Amino acid sequence: MSIIGSIYGQADLAVQQQDGATWAGAIVVAQAETDISSEESTVSGSETSQGGASEDAVIVLEGTSGEEVLGASSHGEETTTGTSSHDVKDSGVFPPFDSSTFGAQLFWLALTFGALYLLMSKIALPRIGEILEVRRDRIEGDLAEAERLRKKTDQAIASYEAELAEARAKSQAIAEDTRASLKADVDAKRAEVEADLTKKVAVAESRIQKTKADALANVDDIAADTAVALVSKLTGKISVKAARSAVATVVKG
Amino acid sequence: MAGTDPISQFNIYELFSFGTIGADAEGAGGFELAFTNSSLFMVLTVGLIAGYLILSTRGRGLVPSRLQLVSEITYEFIANMVRSSAGNEGMKFFPFVFSLFTFILISNMFGMFPYFITVASHLIITVALALLVMTVVIVYGVMRNGFGFLKLFVPSGIPLPVLIIVVPIEVLSFLSRPLSLSLRLFGNMLAGHIVLKVFAGFVVTLTSMGAFGIIGAVLPFGMTVALTGLEFLVSALQAFVFTILTCVYLNDAIHPGH
Repeated sequence: MSIIGSIYGQADLAVQQQDGATWAGAIVVAQAETDISSEESTVSGSETSQGGASEDAVIVLEGTSGEEVLGASSHGEETTTGTSSHDVKDSGVFPPFDSSTFGAQLFWLALTFGALYLLMSKIALPRIGEILEVRRDRIEGDLAEAERLRKKTDQAIASYEAELAEARAKSQAIAEDTRASLKADVDAKRAEVEADLTKKVAVAESRIQKTKADALANVDDIAADTAVALVSKLTGKISVKAARSAVATVVKG
Repeated sequence: MAGTDPISQFNIYELFSFGTIGADAEGAGGFELAFTNSSLFMVLTVGLIAGYLILSTRGRGLVPSRLQLVSEITYEFIANMVRSSAGNEGMKFFPFVFSLFTFILISNMFGMFPYFITVASHLIITVALALLVMTVVIVYGVMRNGFGFLKLFVPSGIPLPVLIIVVPIEVLSFLSRPLSLSLRLFGNMLAGHIVLKVFAGFVVTLTSMGAFGIIGAVLPFGMTVALTGLEFLVSALQAFVFTILTCVYLNDAIHPGH
């Protein structure tokens, strides 16, 4: 409040130089009035207390009615003030405290602020809120979709891997089977061949045995024949029968 | 517009009138429904806010355009402010708080233009807004809590002897809220603009005094530039402070039991 008081003083000074300053005129009027009434002439200038401003306002308010303004100015040193304070709607009060403008200000504030409130609450804010909500929903939806797709991908990978493992197992099984069947086949063939060979060996052996036996039997004959020949050479005659029995005994012996 | 007079910037003058309502026979009394410069800037403020928000979101872009992004950021900013200080229930006051913030902010920003009037530099406007806030707080607080709203003045968990002292203090502090709320905004806007104008006035006065004056004017000119920056900050900050306090008071209406 003290600012206002001091500003008043300053305004007063600054304003003296210019004419047509509506407010200036009023100040002079106000001051002229205080000059007349009492020694309080410094109220509008240097008073710095809380009361200064309000007193100020009161004094100045007195000047609002045209009559008094005129009356005061006729007392004052400046005659221009009377006219200048009339042509513009300005009563010379410190403008923010000028109660004559309160009605219009309140009216327009109510009208404009009401309009603003309605426009905001009915149109602008719901719309922005909707935009933000749609975006949030969309982002959440997209994230959910991404999550769903990720799960799907995971599932696909899992099933692919399962199938791969299955296929691998299958192929292994097939390979195993093939190997087993081949082995069985080979084994069977080998067994067959071996059996065949064994049989042949057996046959051959039996033949060898027989041949051997035959040969051995022949050896007896040959021995007998040789014995016969030897004996007949040495001694004369010997029957083949005797020679044979003799050989047999020797061989057995 | 009087040159270096720092007060004339607050003058309210009539642009045109819709006539006088309730005047008596001699045309005295009643109230003149004037369209003033202040009214003009209120209308411009509302027009700019509504126009911008509605036009920039017209495309309802899923991927926001730059203009739409500003609207969305403002929306989120206020929504977070309301939600964090008044809870989710406070969101029913979101349009109100949003209107308050944007109205004060944009009208203050208009006030930063030379020759434009600052709507909030008039006490009646800030008082009206503060009383509106307090009315909403009290009406909603009583509607929602009934007599429980009086718990606002009785902090819980305090022994009875102390309460005798605390309750009057709480009542006083509640009563002073509209006062501080309105005077803070009014005082800041008024004083800031006056100081700005005073320094700018020095520049004008000094430069008219010749070469030395021009050299002397450099300092106040620098101050004017710096103060202009400061005033932008103050304009935005006061809008923010007014709004966040509104949220805090609304929170009291919703949860009076501290």
